[in-house]
Amino acid sequence: MDTISQSPDNFHAASGSYNFAYLDEQTKRMIRRALLKAITIPGYQVPFGGREMPLSYGWGTGGIQVTASVIGPEDILKVIDQGADDTTNAVSIRSFFAKTTGVETTTETAEATLIQTRHRIPETPLREDQVIVYQVPIPEPLRWLEPRETETRKMHGLAEYGGMHVRLYEDITRYGKIATSYDYPVIVNGRYLMRPSPIPKFDNPKMDQNPALQLFGAGREKRIYAVPPYTSVKSLDFEDHPFEIQTWDQDCAICGSTDSFLDEVITDDAGGRMFVCSDTDYCGQRMAAHDASDETETNQ
Amino acid sequence: MYVAVKGGKRAIDNAHRLLAEERRGNKDVPELTLDQIREQMTGAVDRVMTEGSVYDRNLAALAIKQARGDLVEAVFLLRAFRTTLPRFAASQPIDTGKMTVRRRISATYKDLPGGQLLGPTFDYTHRLLDFSLAEETGDHLPPADTAPADVGRAMPRVLDQLDREGLIESEVPTDNIEPGDLTRDPLSFPVDRSVRLQNLARGDEGFLLALAYSTQRGYGRNHPFAGEIRMGEVAVEIVPEELGFPIEIGEITVTECEMVNQFSGSAEAPPQFTRGYGLVFGQQDRKAMSMALVDRALRARELHEEIEAPAQDEEFVMYHSDAVEAQGFVQHLKLPHYVDFQSELELIRRLRSSFQGQAPAPAAAE
Repeated sequence: MDTISQSPDNFHAASGSYNFAYLDEQTKRMIRRALLKAITIPGYQVPFGGREMPLSYGWGTGGIQVTASVIGPEDILKVIDQGADDTTNAVSIRSFFAKTTGVETTTETAEATLIQTRHRIPETPLREDQVIVYQVPIPEPLRWLEPRETETRKMHGLAEYGGMHVRLYEDITRYGKIATSYDYPVIVNGRYLMRPSPIPKFDNPKMDQNPALQLFGAGREKRIYAVPPYTSVKSLDFEDHPFEIQTWDQDCAICGSTDSFLDEVITDDAGGRMFVCSDTDYCGQRMAAHDASDETETNQ
Repeated sequence: MYVAVKGGKRAIDNAHRLLAEERRGNKDVPELTLDQIREQMTGAVDRVMTEGSVYDRNLAALAIKQARGDLVEAVFLLRAFRTTLPRFAASQPIDTGKMTVRRRISATYKDLPGGQLLGPTFDYTHRLLDFSLAEETGDHLPPADTAPADVGRAMPRVLDQLDREGLIESEVPTDNIEPGDLTRDPLSFPVDRSVRLQNLARGDEGFLLALAYSTQRGYGRNHPFAGEIRMGEVAVEIVPEELGFPIEIGEITVTECEMVNQFSGSAEAPPQFTRGYGLVFGQQDRKAMSMALVDRALRARELHEEIEAPAQDEEFVMYHSDAVEAQGFVQHLKLPHYVDFQSELELIRRLRSSFQGQAPAPAAAE
């Protein structure tokens, strides 16, 4: 964890002539306007003048632009990829913001005011004073049904979402269950069909009525959308095939958690494997709490 | 025992150091200078400037050096720099009719006012490896004989001649129509031709070349003739608000291609040839011609042609032409996808076990 507690005042000297959080203020204002529109129409994809970033498209440029537009000097930033703070791209994005803003960074979910994520929602429940920014590769939930943007925009306008139900139904006829395990489509606020970004469907229920503000940025596709706090987010399903999340027969091999999303780790070339929490902070916190209670017990 | 993957930051730092070492290569060989790239790798510089949308030969040379000659990476570097630049003004449209022409050919007329001027071209070279180049004797080359310099020579654009007779469609006057800018505003279809041309000019040369080629092989055929290709220097002018009249701020080298394409006509309008347009920085015939062919193909909607080939499909072409976007998304597959893959594993095991009528998900080996 690299905590940089440099004051924003001297950041210019540290990083050359770039503006606070890299983007110029005009661009931030344009993005904030798009964000405001997105928040007022939950789940609706707002086109925005996405900029070319010094990181590659598909590597979080949308999330980075959203974060850059809302981050302030007082924020404490956490960046995760696959639930972990130490995956290479999370490290890279965190150091980008550390360099261009000088804000404090953290790996602790509870300590962060702003969380940028790729593919996971932290296991630790979010609060009202937190904002979570999702990196989105393909924002359009109807894209695999209809490749044309001109068509999908019409379909959203008319709330013409039957095709998606048909697709899920086809899964059921073919496999006996819905065969979508991540980026599982949701209806936001009873109106717009939305891609939750490629989080596992395990995380979908966390989006519903979440106290935190949830922002989504797709840089290459130049779209922003949002789920305001305490908004309904319902995963598509059928009465006789209700939505269900992943389960494991194992507990986390490190902290013993029974209710977190587990990553499978291959340990040898003879079929050996173990399952561990994908959320490294959650796992670490549980271990720390466990150690602390052990200590208390020994002291008694 | 599982060891958590830590130390990502150190790994990244070290990877960057390794990259710098590889870039430098064998230190017994003198380091490449920007002057050398700028002066002797002009094809690469022109391409990087065009697709990077920045006319600056020095910056392009720097990007090429930094990218180890990987041109798509160099384009990316230049783009990321460009995005931070303030915009002082929009230039007046350049007037290629007033170009100081160094190359000008027409495939539609044997001779024409101003004549044909081959200029520095690969066109009629025999592609035989010139082993004398391996010996660095370039400094002793005798100067090339060229036609007597005649800067005052009028070189009217070929398509203007056709236009005068009404044989080709007139360019729609765009005075007072603000051209779009896809680097500021998101694409929204159908798009204006100005935005389309901007997209094509920035588009990956390989992608446009293949699409252009596909139109010649029947996927959206449009019967092209190379009306004119010209290359040379044109002045760039801006009108500062405080002055109110245009002043010249510099000169750029461009290649312009105007294609004469199949005619259209109807009960109301007599038949006329149609146009396809290409314009790129530097000398890049191949890119300019590809751009003109694809521009013409993309005018299918406007010209009421059947849209049936990829090159005619605006969304398909414009969403996939940008090498910087494309390289990013293709290569993002290198990023970790453990979580999604785990989700798929869980699902496929479950589906397989229900298929075999067994209990769900086999227990992990302990």
